[in-house]
Amino acid sequence: MRNALVSAENLQLTLKSDFSSEEQALTNNHSSGNEEKPTKKPHFFLFFNHFETMNEDLKEMLESNKESLKLEAMKRIVGLIAKGKNASELFPAVVKNVASKNIELKKLVYVYLVRYAEEQQDLALLSISTFQRALKDPNQLIRASALRVLSSIRVPIIVPIMMLAIKEAATDLSPYVRKTAAHAIQKLFSLDPDQKEHLIEVIEKLLKDKSTLVAGSVVMAFEEVCPDRIDLIHKNYRKLCNLLVDVEEWGQVVIIHMLTRYARTQFVSPWREDAVFDENSEKAFYDSEEERRVDQSKPYIMDPDHRLLLRNTKPLLQSRNTAVVMAVSQLYWHLSPKHELSIITKSLVRLLRSHREVQYIVLQNIATMSIQRKGMFEPFMKSFYVRSTDATHIKTLKLEILTNLANEANISTILREFQTYVKSQDKAFAAATIQAIGCCATNISEVTDTCLNGLVLLLSNRDETVVAESVVVIKKLLQTQPSQHSDIIKHMAKLFDNITVPMARASILWLMGEYCEHVPKIAPDVLRKMAKTFTDEEDIVKLQIVNLAAKLYLTNSKQTKLLTQYILNLGKYDQNYDIRDRTRFIRQLIVPNEKSGALSKYARRILMAPKPAPVLQSAFKDRDRFQLGTLSHTLNSQASGYLELSDWPAVAPDQSVRNVEVAGAPALSKSKPAKSNEKQKRIRSTCLRIMQHNYSLNYYLPPQIIQKTLNIMTKYILIHIVLSISSPFFVNCMCSLLHLCVFLACQFDAVSWPVRVSLQASSPVFVPETSHELLHRMTGKGLSAQYRFTRQPCIYGNSMVSLQLTLSNRTDQALENIHISEKSSTGQNIHRFNAIERLEPQASVTVSMGVDFNDSTQTANFQLCTKEDEFSVSIQPAVGELLLPITMSEADFTKEQGKLVGMNESSATITITPENVSSQSVNRKVVSVANLGVIPSGQENIYRFAGKTVSSGSLVLVSVALKDPDAMITINTEKTVMGSMLLRQVKTAVQGM
Amino acid sequence: MIHSLFLINASGDIFLEKHWKSVVSRSVCDYFFEALERATEPENVPPVIPTPHHFLINVLRHRIYFVAVIQSEVPPLFVIEFLHRVVDTFQDYFGVCTEAAIKDNVVVVYELLEEMLDNGFPLATESNILKELIKPPTILRTVVNTITGSTNVGEQLPTGQLSVVPWRRTGVKYTNNEAYFDVVEEIDAIIDKSGSTITAEIQGVVDACVKLTGMPDLTLSFMNPRLLDDVSFHPCVRFKRWEAERILSFIPPDGNFRLLSYHVSSQNLVAIPVYVKHNISFREGSSQGRFELTLGPKQTMGKAVESVLVSSQLPRGVLNANLNPSQGTYTFDPVTKLLSWDVGKINPQKLPSLKGSMSLQTGASKPDENPTINIQFKIQQLAISGLKVNRLDMYGEKYKPFKGIKYMTKAGKFQVRT
Repeated sequence: MRNALVSAENLQLTLKSDFSSEEQALTNNHSSGNEEKPTKKPHFFLFFNHFETMNEDLKEMLESNKESLKLEAMKRIVGLIAKGKNASELFPAVVKNVASKNIELKKLVYVYLVRYAEEQQDLALLSISTFQRALKDPNQLIRASALRVLSSIRVPIIVPIMMLAIKEAATDLSPYVRKTAAHAIQKLFSLDPDQKEHLIEVIEKLLKDKSTLVAGSVVMAFEEVCPDRIDLIHKNYRKLCNLLVDVEEWGQVVIIHMLTRYARTQFVSPWREDAVFDENSEKAFYDSEEERRVDQSKPYIMDPDHRLLLRNTKPLLQSRNTAVVMAVSQLYWHLSPKHELSIITKSLVRLLRSHREVQYIVLQNIATMSIQRKGMFEPFMKSFYVRSTDATHIKTLKLEILTNLANEANISTILREFQTYVKSQDKAFAAATIQAIGCCATNISEVTDTCLNGLVLLLSNRDETVVAESVVVIKKLLQTQPSQHSDIIKHMAKLFDNITVPMARASILWLMGEYCEHVPKIAPDVLRKMAKTFTDEEDIVKLQIVNLAAKLYLTNSKQTKLLTQYILNLGKYDQNYDIRDRTRFIRQLIVPNEKSGALSKYARRILMAPKPAPVLQSAFKDRDRFQLGTLSHTLNSQASGYLELSDWPAVAPDQSVRNVEVAGAPALSKSKPAKSNEKQKRIRSTCLRIMQHNYSLNYYLPPQIIQKTLNIMTKYILIHIVLSISSPFFVNCMCSLLHLCVFLACQFDAVSWPVRVSLQASSPVFVPETSHELLHRMTGKGLSAQYRFTRQPCIYGNSMVSLQLTLSNRTDQALENIHISEKSSTGQNIHRFNAIERLEPQASVTVSMGVDFNDSTQTANFQLCTKEDEFSVSIQPAVGELLLPITMSEADFTKEQGKLVGMNESSATITITPENVSSQSVNRKVVSVANLGVIPSGQENIYRFAGKTVSSGSLVLVSVALKDPDAMITINTEKTVMGSMLLRQVKTAVQGM
Repeated sequence: MIHSLFLINASGDIFLEKHWKSVVSRSVCDYFFEALERATEPENVPPVIPTPHHFLINVLRHRIYFVAVIQSEVPPLFVIEFLHRVVDTFQDYFGVCTEAAIKDNVVVVYELLEEMLDNGFPLATESNILKELIKPPTILRTVVNTITGSTNVGEQLPTGQLSVVPWRRTGVKYTNNEAYFDVVEEIDAIIDKSGSTITAEIQGVVDACVKLTGMPDLTLSFMNPRLLDDVSFHPCVRFKRWEAERILSFIPPDGNFRLLSYHVSSQNLVAIPVYVKHNISFREGSSQGRFELTLGPKQTMGKAVESVLVSSQLPRGVLNANLNPSQGTYTFDPVTKLLSWDVGKINPQKLPSLKGSMSLQTGASKPDENPTINIQFKIQQLAISGLKVNRLDMYGEKYKPFKGIKYMTKAGKFQVRT
């Protein structure tokens, strides 16, 4: 009773200790000031109190002014974390120190943050701005560690911030920071898999990185985020092969594994009999390219890239890192021609000298290899001899390998070695050896008799497990040739009384029954003995007694009829239902009565059917379905994230994809110029097509630029050559050339391109991905349309807003002639897209159009038509989309702002939580609602943005000034209506932070 | 890759945990404890243990289990090699890698682990780089730090991290420039009952201790490089030069490192430097067994065999051993049945022997197998394979370093079956 009371009170107090934090803080403050306080508390509270005071101490230390005290506290907290104790209560106190100048203190705070941020998401946000600032630090170590911690804080709200940070770090000058960015990619991916597409872009960029420091990490990210995007590897394949030797060892492992998979998809199998192998086959390869088309049955010649991989990984077999050696070995196993495989043997055997755990993995892989290719390891057989000091699992693996290596020539040596093992004190190992002997005996027929005799000798061994294992193995062996071995069966019958292991007894009984015709005198006697002890036997033995009885009844019913009846009766009332079932079944089968049907006629054929001998095979037989050296191979079951190794392709995919673009101009200029005018026209149209192809989605070039580009291109002799050779490689060259020409054209046309020279237009800071519904598929009878603002200067006219339209056909018939009707209902000037002749079912197409909104948010209405129907649709632009970003200096900004006051100025003040504001978040919010350019600001709390309206080109200036806790937003523009609308939007955006 | 790490001591307590991704509950170790229970010996725990959601990869060093938690496919050797590298680093930092040392330096351990892995992928494992990031604790530094408030943590990215020679830091300075090389060879052998060699191999390493100023470029050549059958190098060795000229050319790391490990081709006959005469017998029906063991030198090229230690696991039936060594001391542990005899140096004139009787459990049957005998020994100033260093040259720096080469032969896994 008393106990119950105490525990109830205890419970209350536990609850109480979870009271509101304010109350706790209050009492805590008390206790810190007054040291006797704990003693006044009731005695059963002491336990809780102990923790509280300890944390209290730490809190106090953390809040003190002394750096050394803080550091001491953090050290103790890290100690707590290491022990797995919960220190999350201290979060608020710890997080304050995140901006500490003391680097060790800072690092320990990072350790703490990463551990607990997931649990305390809201508080963790307080630290974000510190990291954002640190990301800009001139010290690369600080930048890198800020990114590391920022990306390790698993708080979903900061995903966009992480994304930005990663993108920025991926272009950092320091390779160390870029490496950290590659790691951060994986972290972000596991936090929010929806970011995959953006992350792939970063990976693609980082894969191009030439630093050896980055290579391993980015390939790791590739393997985790998008292992199926093998197309990203093509261009980097040769670079990776060449860098491999200089990459740090951990990166080497990852790259080698990835390249193994890559090679299996890109090259044809070298495992052909007529293959020709030449270390320097590159020349031969190019010479024979034409022959290949003619003669399909020509001998195999290795792809030079395939050879490159093999050649560059070979030196790594000498690495001190066992994982690298294993990785290269598996690469050779899966990729190299069979006759080159032997070079990995020595290295693998060398690894056996390493730690126990390394041995275990390497032996497993050797076991799998040795099944397919005995020859590889046969010369090193002695390295697999078992030592008494080996761990049991190492011993069994070595045994497995020795069994696999056994052949006619070495079997006597191996058997002699096995004899020593059978005597081992480790009985489990001795039993495994007996199994191995059995395996050798079945695999090599010459020694079957020798082995059998040896095993029979073991039957008189004193150890039970050895005897039992021998019986089981002998049983298996006898099945292969029973007639010759009736004396062994007799011998076993004699030993039967002394054997107690159930499995062994069952095996002997089964042998008796199966071969009762060879031992007609002994078998009934054994059954007689068994009838006496039936009730005391184990279940498996009982089952075999029933079997033996049934078989004897069929062959020798005169002597055993009564015994069988007796045993069947015993079995009928057995406690085990399996035995009862078996008895019932056997009785119906063998004892003919009126109820038993046709089945009993076949009883003899059912029970005495010749049974195939069991095949003794290695446990590693089917392990080669897994890639060697992987976790899945070790466990012999597929681990999550295992990437299947594909089969060799029958025909090699295009190998030119691995060619890297090089500026080919000088080499090409030697060719003859083309003359005919017609040809020029053709070239022009081709160029145009290519340009549209390459640029329509990325850039919107003003028409005059396109014109200029075409002129330059057609004038420029190179193009003729480029176009007359249409291999994929030259298309790549051509793209680079196009870039060059566009650049040139822009240079020549510098006057006409920017609309107002004084206001330098800039590219948009942010392009929203969101699309808006234009036509729903229900109202559009299956045609759906969406639009988005591309925020690019429109190519159709300077006063137009550029739009991208995605039309999809959701019906099951093709839609024809999709276009915009000529008659526009409102006054806007619309540049229509070219009519789409035909849109297949479920297909979609993206087109671009331009609308001149006249700097107003009035909706643009027009008709979207198909062959049969007409749909009225409308586009309502957000005010922010009617702008184009411009850049100017801060001084210009203030100057222009000074001109636009009074009527032209609108402003508002809002309250925001200052902690949540960082320069990046303000910038991001503003540019997401309005297409404005960011003006670099000298003052910390003022953010400036500038743009111009699309139609009239009037200046729009936005500034956001943060004054704790208020933010003042000011907009200056001649277009007052737009100004006030914009103000409302910016206000909601900034407030929403 | 590596999700979390747990350190577990011999008595099964988790005394340190570290997570690189989201926290994995320590209850995952229960699967490890299950495996530990099933294993008869500490070494018999399987290195890879699958659990429903994770995989546990463990290594056992210095009686501590380092258990890494993995969530998806990864080359197991990658993890194992890394864990061993962690142990090596701890040893490098604290001198010993024991539970006490780790607990005393828990903050440094945490800082190290933080630097060694990022998101479970190795970031910096090179000891030179780590030592610049986190300075190893010494008594002097601890005292200085408490007074001045300076820290153990470096503020700059170690130069090695970015350079093409990540293993060497810049600005190394010594007043005495020295380079020492130890050629250590180990003989692995199994000798059968009759004294004939079943298998014998020589594995060797060249360990270096280089304390040279600046960026020296060294070359080391052997008199008989053909002996080396299979080699593995420290990353600093230029592989192409070795392939072409059989010369080791390298810019060495600062301090102690393993330059090379090699295997001497098994075609060469291996000289076995000791022989054992033994007579261990048990008679049926008697509770006494006889034990006689004599050691002698053989093929030692005139060098003395030192630090000889004989150990043997006697059969379970043996209750006690009453032996008489002609030199050295012996111990017999009646629980583990381990007999060990510390012989010391073998004197060719007076061969060491251990003779006496063993008492067996009464009524127990005669053991099937005679015990195997493990022998350890050392021979100074001899590389048993005959490998010899030809010369060591230094380029790239002006001063003249002090050079030294030492040879030694040791027993590796040297077993005699009786």
